[in-house]
Amino acid sequence: MKKSRVLTLFVLLFAMIFTLAACSDEPAAEPEAKPAAETEETAVEEVEQAAEATEVEEVAEATETTTEESSDKYQIPAAEDGKYNVAFVYVGPHDDGGWTQAHDVGRVYVEENVADVHTAYIELVAEGADAEQVIRSLARKGFDVIFTTSFGYMDASELVADEFPNIDIVHLTGFKANGENFGNLMGAMEDMKYLAGMLAGSRAMVDGNPKLGYMATFPIPEELRLGNAFALGAQETCPDCTVDVRWLNTWHDPILEQDAAKSLFDSGAQVVMTGADTPASAEAAPEGKWGITYDYSENCKVDACLTSMYWNWGPEYARIVEASRDGTWKGGWEYFDANTGAMGLYGFMDGETMQPGVADLPAEDIAMVEDTLAQMLAGEFDRFDVFTGPITDNQGNVIVAEGETLDQEDLDGFQQFGAPCEICMYWWNENITAELPSLD
Amino acid sequence: MDLVIILHAGLATGTILLFAAIGEIFTERAGILNLGVEGMMLIGAMAGFSSSLATGSPWLGLIMAMLAGGALSLAHGLVTIHFQADQVVSGLSLTFLGTGLALVLGEGLTGQNPALIPTFTIPGLASIPIIGGAFFAKQSALVYLGYLFVPAVWYYINKTRPGMHLRAVGEKPSAADTMGVNVYRLRYFYVFVGGCLAGLAGATISLSVSPGWYSAQTTSGQGWIAVGLVIFAQWNPIRAAVGGYLFGALRRGILDLQGPALIFGITNPLYINSNYGFFLQMTPYLLTILALVLGARMAMKKRLGAPAALGIPYIRGERGL
Repeated sequence: MKKSRVLTLFVLLFAMIFTLAACSDEPAAEPEAKPAAETEETAVEEVEQAAEATEVEEVAEATETTTEESSDKYQIPAAEDGKYNVAFVYVGPHDDGGWTQAHDVGRVYVEENVADVHTAYIELVAEGADAEQVIRSLARKGFDVIFTTSFGYMDASELVADEFPNIDIVHLTGFKANGENFGNLMGAMEDMKYLAGMLAGSRAMVDGNPKLGYMATFPIPEELRLGNAFALGAQETCPDCTVDVRWLNTWHDPILEQDAAKSLFDSGAQVVMTGADTPASAEAAPEGKWGITYDYSENCKVDACLTSMYWNWGPEYARIVEASRDGTWKGGWEYFDANTGAMGLYGFMDGETMQPGVADLPAEDIAMVEDTLAQMLAGEFDRFDVFTGPITDNQGNVIVAEGETLDQEDLDGFQQFGAPCEICMYWWNENITAELPSLD
Repeated sequence: MDLVIILHAGLATGTILLFAAIGEIFTERAGILNLGVEGMMLIGAMAGFSSSLATGSPWLGLIMAMLAGGALSLAHGLVTIHFQADQVVSGLSLTFLGTGLALVLGEGLTGQNPALIPTFTIPGLASIPIIGGAFFAKQSALVYLGYLFVPAVWYYINKTRPGMHLRAVGEKPSAADTMGVNVYRLRYFYVFVGGCLAGLAGATISLSVSPGWYSAQTTSGQGWIAVGLVIFAQWNPIRAAVGGYLFGALRRGILDLQGPALIFGITNPLYINSNYGFFLQMTPYLLTILALVLGARMAMKKRLGAPAALGIPYIRGERGL
């Protein structure tokens, strides 16, 4: 008796909910516009009820969708006939507020600025075997250029490029290329990290607290190089400043990034800079302290954000797509500096205003940043100038003597991984209060 | 590295586990095992975040989060109480269902800034040396709520009449039934309560401790830790709270330990080689696996004090429990 009554109750409830849910099939879009609270409230309720609505088929449906997913996890977009088709493979969500979003802005730039192209993206693609499958499917569907935007896509990109000689594949942040249809692309973000270091040092001097923080992702040459560039910049404006380090061991973990930022701030850091994808460094900053964000020009939103070192992939992508269509693109090792316009320092580029935490810094520090930036944009100051001696590491060894500079191999290699480097990027600048474990 | 700071952060992040684990304690004490905590937390985090964004009230967000978690848990109730299906399978699929729903409905929420639960200092208590700074200074309202909630739950389960009914339903439902306690109704009720608290735990993340909506990374496996914590705590809310705070402090301690070169005058191994932190990072998950393995063994279950009828469907009029 009782059971059947409960059952009818549930059936009734679901029937009701289904009719309700049918009224609004896009509840997620609702928070974007936020006018009168009342209509929103009902919309939210419908979300709840929609949550309930799916319950009845719970077990059956849940298992069904998982089996479906494993066989066809990624929806491969279609190419358009008569257009030049460009595909992008993303490691994170397209709206992550950092690395991936910067690439997506670049994709939209290509769509809008190159004639007769069609662009498409596929997001949250796991590195490794999944990536190979996705890239191959894109190639089969008829895409002409494929940008693969994470380090872990490197081998998959190379493999597919060999199978499809008529398709150009551009891999980002790696080091492989085949001289034909598979190339590698990355930029010298150390230029911008150096300038950000100047701002952080200046801010620390003004606030009277000479401690800075760096949220580092992985102990690879790129992260050590960027951290050292930041520390070298800070040394220019704040000779007494020290930089504390927290290892994240991830590119993208919003919660961990917040914890790490709080850990640095609570340990006394006045300004925290991040090497990971989300703007947690600024968003977790307590009153009176500052953060520096990374990757995406629009992620320096809170007042506590001093600046963002960001990528501007659009023009680079457009150039490569044009060259690929003309048949002049050859896959090589492309590593650009700031003079390409493919990167920026938020608040200092055309049409941007300085963040409040930067505007009241001493005029001579601002002038130094602006002058150096102008030289960078003019091509007179590049990554080798950032790493010009004298540089001493925090073990007391002289890394570069006065007047000398590091080579590209030194900037980007570990001896242990076979790089032909002499000094190698495995040291911390003298003002960094952290140690590196022995690699041997 | 400052122990007061680590404890302060641990109390905040531990509150997430506290709510989720106590929710699961209610559910399991009523004899239903619900492994879908992760899914319910995620849907709660999403519902709380989007409701606060839409209405401007984080408190309404908390209520919606609880309703969302509770509504989802009723699905588990229907499957396991009404249809007497396997509770482990149903709970696992609830995780998938909750995660999937939360991701679909949460599309576009990343990067938004809704009103958050306020943080404040309790005057007077905050000036107690050491403890005051960690427990009563600059904590979220939810952390303070947690302090009051834990003893209240302990009292409710162990000292009140409805609490006795709850335990009876989980230990020997047939006896409870004979005494006029409505087993089905109570089990539905406590499954719902458990879901509500899991939803609250989710909103504690998205509206207070780590504000924001980051898809599945918002909860990043904390629901599973909460399930393990219940076994560790031997279904006791006070132990669950202490365990939650400890796990919270550990999560933060791993990061803070990377800072100083010396700890109490001794060389800090994490400063020399931060890779040692991986071992510490593993501990909550290792302990969770251990707890789940132990909890699965019948003999061990009895010794740990698990509710006798946990995981066994009650069919009125049939012999057995």
